Amino acid sequence: MIEFIEGPLWTFSLVVFCVGVIWRLFSIVRAGIKTDRAPVKNSGAASGFKSIFSHSIPRRETMKASPLVIIAGYMFHIGLLILLFWAAPHIRFFEEELLGFGWTPAPYWLFMLAAALALTGSIMLIIRRLVDPVLQKISTADDYTGALITFMVMLTGCLALQESWAGLRAFHMLWVEILMVYFPFSRLMHAFTFAFSRAYSGAMFGRRGVGA
Amino acid sequence: MNTNKLSDRASSAEQHILSRIDSRIASFFSSCVHCGMCAEACHFYKETGDPKYTPIYKLEPMRKIWKHHHTFWGKLFGTLGWSTLPDEQMLEDWQELVYDSCTLCSRCSLVCPVGNDIAYMVRQQREGFSAAGFAPEGLKGASERSIELGSPMGVTATTLLATIKHQEKECGIPIPVDQQGSDYLVLLSSLEIVGFPEYIGAIARIFKQADISWTISTKGFEATNSGIQIGNSEIAREIVERVVNAAESLGVKAVISPECGHAYTSIRWDAPNLLGRELPFKVIHILELLHELQSQGKLKTVGTFDTPLTYHDPCSIARKGGVIKEPRDLLNQVSSDFREMTPTGEMNWCCGGGGGVSAIDEAEELRFKAFHRKSEQVNKLGVKVLVTACANCRNTIEEGLENYEMDVEVVGLTELIAGQLESAG
Repeated sequence: MIEFIEGPLWTFSLVVFCVGVIWRLFSIVRAGIKTDRAPVKNSGAASGFKSIFSHSIPRRETMKASPLVIIAGYMFHIGLLILLFWAAPHIRFFEEELLGFGWTPAPYWLFMLAAALALTGSIMLIIRRLVDPVLQKISTADDYTGALITFMVMLTGCLALQESWAGLRAFHMLWVEILMVYFPFSRLMHAFTFAFSRAYSGAMFGRRGVGA
Repeated sequence: MNTNKLSDRASSAEQHILSRIDSRIASFFSSCVHCGMCAEACHFYKETGDPKYTPIYKLEPMRKIWKHHHTFWGKLFGTLGWSTLPDEQMLEDWQELVYDSCTLCSRCSLVCPVGNDIAYMVRQQREGFSAAGFAPEGLKGASERSIELGSPMGVTATTLLATIKHQEKECGIPIPVDQQGSDYLVLLSSLEIVGFPEYIGAIARIFKQADISWTISTKGFEATNSGIQIGNSEIAREIVERVVNAAESLGVKAVISPECGHAYTSIRWDAPNLLGRELPFKVIHILELLHELQSQGKLKTVGTFDTPLTYHDPCSIARKGGVIKEPRDLLNQVSSDFREMTPTGEMNWCCGGGGGVSAIDEAEELRFKAFHRKSEQVNKLGVKVLVTACANCRNTIEEGLENYEMDVEVVGLTELIAGQLESAG
């Protein structure tokens, strides 16, 4: 079973993930966009590119209006990024299985902090989705499924940290594979498409002389 | 809400909405994580507390169409006959959300963490709703009058000429009409012609002092565009074409958009795209021109207006047009006590009447509820004068203030400046 999870199932998940993500991104680009013929105030390309990054910082009014979701959102995303790219076992995995090179892992305390941030942020966001009337109105099954799978990936990852038992590591891997297969068919795609949506809007607002 | 057998109307809505789903919209729906932050940016949600007014929820019909045609699950379910495309009932239910409770103000678009331009999506979704006949009577009537009579309020060239004559008498300056070879073509909104004709006299005085060559055209004077509001690009194109033709036949160097928000959107940003070609003249908002005159020292005023006042940013001019610094520089020249609302500029709260909402009778109660936000902002400042630069905002605000029994005067910025001119009167 462990061999299957770490062998063929991993390969299958990786292929579905890569092909799926590329297909989704291609289908967005393929939908096409008409050239804007109106004379611009600022460069659309420059504004769009800038917006991909600058839009990560909320405006003061937005921070005041939705502090909880912004704080929980930062906690979850920053924590997750640290866990994904700077956890020692992950770097080892990237080096041995995927890339052929590695980098310096985060110290243990940072790993623990990241895990605490990500799990707490994630729980806060899930609770908010369950109790907030606006979220109840707009949430779909996909929102809950995506959140739950991501949570399970993080939780099993923490359990497997000591690498005391190969079964735990395989269990974590199984959840990662479920996530990778689900990813291209879900809103988890926002991890890639946010750059597109921010750039498109940033360009439009930028052309009109507004910072987005 | 099932099925593969949609009625002709629902099918027409589907086809029109599908045709508007471009890379932008495809990326927006792919990115939306249903975080609900857009609700906090919407005055209709904030003032009613009703989750159905959450901006992204207003796009459910379009989301279903996107899902059906652009995603794996949608295609799979469609093949299996489990399609969930919007039927007539859904379109009817959503008409209020798409029109009455959205002023296309774009505040949600700036707030969305993944950068979804929700107002752009609502505007595109309206194409399907109007094509299938799910649009408010008020907007249908305004569009029909625009096509048949040349203006959404039924203002004809005869009415315009009578107003011009009256304004000439008031300000004692001849107002040029259909003058070939003028530098600037001045556009108007019918609301100005009917309700705030002082605007015409104000620009006559300012332009005389600055020695500007200008004219008004009897063939293309109406700057507002019901086609953009109802979401019908064909109507929008026809309306904007009149102005473009008039400008081209008069050979002007620039066209001046009046104190009207969506008119600026229409002629400045949408016209070249609706017509599919670049325009041979410049398009400038009246505030941008006044600001130019100010920097050239051609806007000579005396003294200052001492009553405390504030400025309401029309969404289409500020958040969707980038004209934010100009009105403030102008106000600081003529006012000694200009107070900013919070928030202001690109994050201002909409008056509640934009995007055609002010033309929807059945939306009046909701519009007054949404206006509560603006009334609180004004109350906090304790001002007795509110300046703005959009006839539609002005009208909406005047009605809102009356509804909340507030004693605040609403003035157009151009008129305020004209009143302080060196050569005033």
